[in-house]
Amino acid sequence: MNATVRATAPQTPPSAASALLDVSGVTLQYKTPRHLVTATYRVSFNVHQGDRYVILGPSGCGKSTMLKAVGGFMSPVEGSIKIRGRKVDGPGPDRMMVFQEFEQLMPWKTVFGNVLFPMAVTKKFPRAEAEARANSVIEKVGLSKFKDIYPHMLSGGMKMRVAIARAMALEPDILLMDEPFAALDALTRRSMQQELLSLWDQLRFTVMFVTHSIEEAVLVGSRVLVLSPHPGRVRAELDASQLDYDAVDKPEFGAMTKRIHDLLFAEPQGGAAKKASA
Amino acid sequence: MSNVLARPEIEIELTDAGTVGDVERPLSLIERIITNETFQRFAILVTLLVIWEVYARWLNNSLLFPTFTETIRTFWHDIMNGTLVNRTITSLRTLVIGYTLGLLIAGVFTTFAVASGIGTRILSTLTAMFNPLPAIALLPLALIWFGLGTPSIVFVIIHSVLWAVALNTLSGFRSVPETLRMGGRNVGLKGARYVGLILIPAAFPSILAGLKIGWAFAWRTLVAAELVFGVSARSGGIGWYIFEARNELDTATVFAGLLTVILIGLLVESVIFRAIEARTVNLWGMQQ
Repeated sequence: MNATVRATAPQTPPSAASALLDVSGVTLQYKTPRHLVTATYRVSFNVHQGDRYVILGPSGCGKSTMLKAVGGFMSPVEGSIKIRGRKVDGPGPDRMMVFQEFEQLMPWKTVFGNVLFPMAVTKKFPRAEAEARANSVIEKVGLSKFKDIYPHMLSGGMKMRVAIARAMALEPDILLMDEPFAALDALTRRSMQQELLSLWDQLRFTVMFVTHSIEEAVLVGSRVLVLSPHPGRVRAELDASQLDYDAVDKPEFGAMTKRIHDLLFAEPQGGAAKKASA
Repeated sequence: MSNVLARPEIEIELTDAGTVGDVERPLSLIERIITNETFQRFAILVTLLVIWEVYARWLNNSLLFPTFTETIRTFWHDIMNGTLVNRTITSLRTLVIGYTLGLLIAGVFTTFAVASGIGTRILSTLTAMFNPLPAIALLPLALIWFGLGTPSIVFVIIHSVLWAVALNTLSGFRSVPETLRMGGRNVGLKGARYVGLILIPAAFPSILAGLKIGWAFAWRTLVAAELVFGVSARSGGIGWYIFEARNELDTATVFAGLLTVILIGLLVESVIFRAIEARTVNLWGMQQ
């Protein structure tokens, strides 16, 4: 679908000035009771308007920590994170997070109340407009019938759709998703990925997405940032904008998957990285 | 060479499941009544009352153990002539003052406790010290400080409510899921709005549990305090009513007083708190 529109991603990153999100040389550290852990080391990348930007890496490569830093929940010890040229120095409604856990919805509010909440709190839109927006975004994710229902009565996939609707209703500069489908069963997960893509086709939002599934990264992402294991360093940034569900059975899809697999798992001194097909 | 695991594949057209009978059947009226919680509670109550009545009749000693019918007669008589109603109102007024003040102070303490680490330490130390201290043990001290009257009782009620509520609220705040906290901060909530819009509703099951425990403590402490020093103002409370009747060896009236204490306890628990639960934590699916 819409291959002509998605085909425009440039091969080389243009200057940081035109990027929506500019991450440069970011080192992130956090403390556990016993250790000081370095999650990422001097990571740089740019996210552009309309990207479906996926951060992919093995467990413990600091990809979720990276997302939290972009969300403003932790600050880098080195380097800088800028959104539209402004330095990120705390959480804000211009960067809405969507989490993996199902408890992210407020159990004391209905579906409608949950979607309305960020708009009501930030007062970004007048009340009547906020309500209209909430209704329309709930309709877009296909939950109009469940508008007045409390989250505990929804299935996992529905909760996830509400969480996405809630984040998108606010029209953030960027949507940050922390392994949003990881807790779903495989079938729901697949339909949620498709739904995310069709929502993207409608609304063309910018999304940054963390996953540990190579297949999901290639399917959902238009650009894939591959991080190395602990501490996370940039291994590659690949263009996956041509590869979606229609391409699952094509050789390009297999080649891309294989290439990422090699980037992630090949020994540093081995020749695996060189034989990657373009 | 053939694959040893290969077997013919199977694909079957779905048969009509209507022939097996009811897939879903509504329960009959009797089944519904028997499984109804209110009915079960009522049945337990009736059984207890029958046992009481039978035992008291067999004992036949109204000084030690009056029958249920005799207790009810006294109870009704004292309600009709106003004594019991007045005593109950006096008690409840004191209770409401003490309970409200206790909640307010608990609110102040927990607000400080969530705001800073040192606040948390102060509250947990104070709670560890004072929660196990029986409120009634403070009564002699309260009498020295506030004299013989309502302020003394209010003081011990505050003590009995404060720590239980503060402890539950704080542990409720602490167990709010990280994603909800981050969700709140994500949209820029801070300070009092963060506490009011995220922490309090998210911790509401614990807060409600604290309110219930606090209520039970307060009611117990109040009746006990009234029993210990009797009349506080011109008209005494329900504890004084029981105390007086005991002095006159009027056991049926003692029983009527105890019955009132139990009935008010039941009423608050099963009407007020149940209604709050039905509209909040049960509706939200935070508690079954």
